[in-house]
Amino acid sequence: MSENRSGLRLAGTQTLELTQRSLQNEFRQWVVILPGLIFPLMMAAVYSSQFGRTLGLPGFPKVDSFLDFILPGSIVQAVSFGATTAGTALALDIEDGFFDRLMVSPVSRVPILLGRLGGAAVIAAGKAIILILIFLACGARIKSGLGGAIIVTLTASLLVLAIGGLAQSMAIKTRSQEAVGATFPLIFVTIFMSSAFFPTALMDGWFRALAENNPITWTVDPVRRLVIEGWSTTDALQALGVPLLLSVATISLAIRSLQRMLRSI
Amino acid sequence: MNLVNLEIRHSSQVASAICMRGMRRIKSRPVLIIPTIVMPVVLVISFTGAFSSLTRIEGYGTSNIYNWMAPYGALQGAVFAGLGSVGSSADDLEQGFFDRLLLTPGSRFPLLVGTVGYSACRALIPTTAVFLFSLAFGMTVPGGLLAVISLYIATSLLAVVFCLIGLIILYKMKTQRSLMLMQVIAFGALFISVGQVPQSFMDGWLKVAARYNPITNVLELSRQGFLGDVAWSTTWPGLLALASMILVSGALAWRGLKRLAP
Repeated sequence: MSENRSGLRLAGTQTLELTQRSLQNEFRQWVVILPGLIFPLMMAAVYSSQFGRTLGLPGFPKVDSFLDFILPGSIVQAVSFGATTAGTALALDIEDGFFDRLMVSPVSRVPILLGRLGGAAVIAAGKAIILILIFLACGARIKSGLGGAIIVTLTASLLVLAIGGLAQSMAIKTRSQEAVGATFPLIFVTIFMSSAFFPTALMDGWFRALAENNPITWTVDPVRRLVIEGWSTTDALQALGVPLLLSVATISLAIRSLQRMLRSI
Repeated sequence: MNLVNLEIRHSSQVASAICMRGMRRIKSRPVLIIPTIVMPVVLVISFTGAFSSLTRIEGYGTSNIYNWMAPYGALQGAVFAGLGSVGSSADDLEQGFFDRLLLTPGSRFPLLVGTVGYSACRALIPTTAVFLFSLAFGMTVPGGLLAVISLYIATSLLAVVFCLIGLIILYKMKTQRSLMLMQVIAFGALFISVGQVPQSFMDGWLKVAARYNPITNVLELSRQGFLGDVAWSTTWPGLLALASMILVSGALAWRGLKRLAP
């Protein structure tokens, strides 16, 4: 029993140390983080200035400004920029041999994956906080207050874990940075085919069906309600629950891929 | 006189060889062209799907969202094509092939013209893909053949513009990584225009920025035949914008190339 506990503690310590390494890598190349902030801010600024007339369309949620509406979508877009980093960084470790060195060191296998994901989640939370502050300074309002802002930030981190787990699974399978990096446009399109930038009620046909059944919509919608309507425990639970379930699924997939890879060596 | 003719003939042969080399590269590695085709088509799907309700607002200009978004998607494809050809040049620069080109006798100018020609040819592929896809999904062409010609002229020349802008940056930074910066510039320039909505829908800073953004004129040139008839009053501002951008970016790219390879 105590052996299990000390094993878990060791794995926790190793995860934290690898998270720290991942964060140091990110901060060393901080310029790479910038597009993830600039693009969503630019899109939000443009959309707020050009979609003002859509607020009056029947089916558009009641909002004070388009800025309030687009806040959750902008945060999802911002964190998606760095979401594949956990995968590309792992692929780089595999390509340059650092991964092999980790394998011969007395480090548990799971923290190798979780450390990278932890770093990406911390960066995502940082991005979410920066974006929330900028949006608030520009006149947006989060009607659920500080509690809502915390949920938005946590959701951003969980979403990155979900996408990062998938990217890590790909990194292990392909062992190529380029292949993992190539998945970014796919994520970008998935965000567009959701309610991130426009309400699904105003979409038509197959596109609407696709957007309504997109996990990004399931995550963005409750977050948006927290922003534009106010606090609701159900919405908070849904906002956290969907990305949490997704991240459990994708990280499990990554761990399985890693185990399979190790067996084949 | 004969010497001048010979020089011109030699230069055009070098330029066309560089252009053909790029096209052959696509043929031998079709995977290179996939993002150039897939991305604009996917953007058309995304924009038409997400923003289809815009046509319900009075003053949008069309009741068919494909007529509005397809030229925008085609221009985005052209920009990707322009930057893609810069990517090939960046590859040559990093792999050392560019140094071998510089060792050859003759003017450097055909190196620039060949790359630019390649970008214009490459732009035809995504334009055709977006055009056919949108036609299949219900786009109409009220402007007829002139509309199609306007679209192809606008996309090919815009690819040239972004190829030249990309080359200015590449000759300065000399690395593939500069593509990221080029994408930011391209994305920003297209975004702050009448890509998704007409100017009358905009307010504040965006309205002013879109009015003075030359891409707006190019978009109006490419889109006019899909909203109604092709008119000279909409055509010449687009052509003028393209010509001005080509002249300015061409001069800067040429200066960059001369600095890189005196």
